[in-house]
Amino acid sequence: MPAIQSPATEEIHPDVALVERAKKGDTAAFEQLVRQYERQVFRVAQHITQNREDAEDITQDAFLKAYEKLDQFQGNSKFSTWLVRIAVNESLMRLRKRKTRKTVSMDEDVQTEDGSIPRDFAEWRPNPEQLYGQTELGDILRKTIQGLPPGFRTVFTLRDVENLSTEETAEALGLSVPAVKSRLLRARLQLRERLSRYFRQKNGEPKP
Amino acid sequence: MTCTDFLAQLTDYFDGKVDPALLAEVQAHICECHHCEVVLDTTRQTIAIYRENEIYEFPTELRERLHAAIMAKCRPTP
Repeated sequence: MPAIQSPATEEIHPDVALVERAKKGDTAAFEQLVRQYERQVFRVAQHITQNREDAEDITQDAFLKAYEKLDQFQGNSKFSTWLVRIAVNESLMRLRKRKTRKTVSMDEDVQTEDGSIPRDFAEWRPNPEQLYGQTELGDILRKTIQGLPPGFRTVFTLRDVENLSTEETAEALGLSVPAVKSRLLRARLQLRERLSRYFRQKNGEPKP
Repeated sequence: MTCTDFLAQLTDYFDGKVDPALLAEVQAHICECHHCEVVLDTTRQTIAIYRENEIYEFPTELRERLHAAIMAKCRPTP
């Protein structure tokens, strides 16, 4: 049996004190949290919804919801993970409302194996940054992630763009760790396959 | 180790969490199988390119506007 670690030896995250102050009505403390995470919340919302106006609304709604529910935050997880979970739920709800896609839940649309089996084995040479300018590269990256089903896009965004751990991603999405790992692998492989159309080494041709 | 077995280990491999008993087999497969070596390298580049390039701008003007809107609703009315 592993020894149970004493809480006293764990480092206390600086957000804990800010949250405690905010719970007592200290808006300056809450403002500090907003400042720290507004960029991340906006980025998560924009990645999931692929729509800037939606991302703006979601950023506001997520922080207001967090403010209203601050008493429910027990500190079992990081404040940022708890906040990202709110932002993800708001984003998925927004996608459902927009109904531009048939399926928007975390559970649907991930059954397909399409694109998850590697087929393109060309090397990426020269590397993408050498091959494309910043603007063109940005267009390719946006277009490519847009084509991924929302369930995969969300996992990839939290784990690889926002750098959450697998456990934090699972917590933020209400998924099991194995489910996150399975979706992450398929998301990465699908993106790799799609990007390879642009980045693969050509015989004598510098660009597609 | 087959290519399918290798793919099943890919996520743990990136995280440095492959079971030590399997690690030598994974590394041997990368040396032997050019396809999997390419998949490993290009998947690594896929992750890096999204991590390093901020693909959605969050300009200061927008940040300030959102920040003000959030705080206006949070502050207690006098």
